[in-house]
Amino acid sequence: MAATEASALSIRNVSKAFPTPEGGEVKALDDVSLDVADGSFMVLLGPSGCGKTTLLRCIAGLESPDSGEIDLKGTRIDDVPVWKRRVNTVFQSYALFPHMTVTQNVAFGLQMDKLPKGEIAQKVDRSLELVRLTGLGGRRPSQLSGGQQQRVALARALAKEPEVLLLDEPLSALDLKLRRGMQLELKRLQQETHITFVLVTHDQDEAMSMGDRVAVFNEGRIVQVGEPREVYLRPRTRFVADFIGEANIVDVITEGGGAAITGWGAIPGESWAADSPAIGDGRRVAAVRPEDVMLTAGGDGRFPIIDATFIGGDLHAVVQVGDMTLAARQPAADATGLSTGGRCDVAFRAGSLRIVED
Amino acid sequence: MKSPRGTGTSLKNFPLFGPVAAIVFGFLYIPLVFVVGYSFNSNRVVTVWKGFSLEWYADVLTNDDIQRAVINSLRVASISTVLSVIFATGLAIGLLRMARAGKTAAWSLIMAPLVIPEIVFAIGTLALFVQIRFPLGVDAITLAHTAFCIPFALLPIRARLRSVDLAVYEAAADLGANEWVIFRRITLPLLAPGIVAGALLAFIISLDDFIVSYFLAGAGGTTLPVYIFGMIRNAITPGVNALSTLLLLVSVVIVTVSYIIARRKR
Repeated sequence: MAATEASALSIRNVSKAFPTPEGGEVKALDDVSLDVADGSFMVLLGPSGCGKTTLLRCIAGLESPDSGEIDLKGTRIDDVPVWKRRVNTVFQSYALFPHMTVTQNVAFGLQMDKLPKGEIAQKVDRSLELVRLTGLGGRRPSQLSGGQQQRVALARALAKEPEVLLLDEPLSALDLKLRRGMQLELKRLQQETHITFVLVTHDQDEAMSMGDRVAVFNEGRIVQVGEPREVYLRPRTRFVADFIGEANIVDVITEGGGAAITGWGAIPGESWAADSPAIGDGRRVAAVRPEDVMLTAGGDGRFPIIDATFIGGDLHAVVQVGDMTLAARQPAADATGLSTGGRCDVAFRAGSLRIVED
Repeated sequence: MKSPRGTGTSLKNFPLFGPVAAIVFGFLYIPLVFVVGYSFNSNRVVTVWKGFSLEWYADVLTNDDIQRAVINSLRVASISTVLSVIFATGLAIGLLRMARAGKTAAWSLIMAPLVIPEIVFAIGTLALFVQIRFPLGVDAITLAHTAFCIPFALLPIRARLRSVDLAVYEAAADLGANEWVIFRRITLPLLAPGIVAGALLAFIISLDDFIVSYFLAGAGGTTLPVYIFGMIRNAITPGVNALSTLLLLVSVVIVTVSYIIARRKR
């Protein structure tokens, strides 16, 4: 339970608005609260403009919240100037000092702490070793590849041994292959250093593979917090279901004490996830993953197949049900007879349908 | 021969490209060739070549009035360079932090001296100094030069400042640097090439300014360009050519040095 663990970072009811050029204002953060357990890897996930970077900048001290409170290890920090906070940031653009060597870059923060020269040299060496850049200390940032610059930025922030390390879309400038490698690398660094990481990303794969916990942002609010698997399996809202993984969103209407999908029919009770919220009365929205939509081929099937494509070992199909389309995915071995223009029957895997907030 | 990009795209294929270029460059540089060439003429009559001589250089370098004018010029140029660079650096950093609307207005006001006719600025400054009873002379010239050198110094400094990722300053603060440390260890070193370029530009602009200096010179404030103008009022003497050649040499050296510094910092 989160309550029994020590919180490295505690964010209480933080709001922040920015003026727009038209004279109005946009709420970047709207009453956001979040606890980050000590020594954990928290990922803030959401589309661009959802407020996740603003929250990161509020924690770093680069923005100040309009209201609310931010505590670091039990001490309030939202009124502490940026240079006095025991948090450090890895910037999206890396923000390395171009006129300094790698060593000077990494040493900068330690010099600010007025550490003795010998200790600085030692810590710089250790940090460069940690990010596997030993031997490149004499280079300038301009003489390094993008991936290497990224590691310098990491070493520079980690050298100060912050209470919390903030990472602002750190991998977005790297190419796909490098990004995969760095995801594992970041995870390793976090586990080796036991420093609390808070990473901002819009890439759900990144969030899923790295985070101990994921906070999903939308329009300035946190819509769901949990372990990645938990958030994937039990999305609370339509947005989360849609944003994390793929999901079919289907309209559900109550009908004679049960529930039905227009054009498909009554939903059998076993289709519902055991912990799905109650259907209640009226129109509701349910989510179902494409891999839980099962198709059976047959010339007398009720539904036309709009598209069927093999991608890798899977069949990706789109089926017309009533006035909506359902995406389905199943292993090629189970997909005989399913082809574009054909017909099929549709069933939902037991325990796969879940009511979500619209 | 056709250029690989085709005949239509290359300026070099414009039929009069060669002659036009020759005329333009000739018009720019032939007068300079005359000045430099005749400065070595031993004839007292400027336009008739008699033989090679360095006597005018000896003349110029031993003339007390010229030495005084050179000292005045160097003093004005040095002080107004330092002052205008300080102002320009502050302005560049200030502009970076201003809101958009104010920034445009401030930028226009600062850059206005580039388009204001210099004679207007000179007359205005003269009227102001007379009005407030500020004595004409070297100090008056220095103040006026500082004012109109600011935009020249500002251009390269601002260009340099804008090429720096703003996140760099945030990163420094994030790593524990306060405003003053950021300025000293990040902003200033990153701006250095721009500041050097701005300073050299301001120095040259001040060194060869004539109109403002002429209006504000008063009794003891004769600068080199003002002195040269005085010399040619009667006749163009070979001494003027020698002096002008020396001034040209100084300018070329300064520009070359600034170019080399800018290249090395890249």
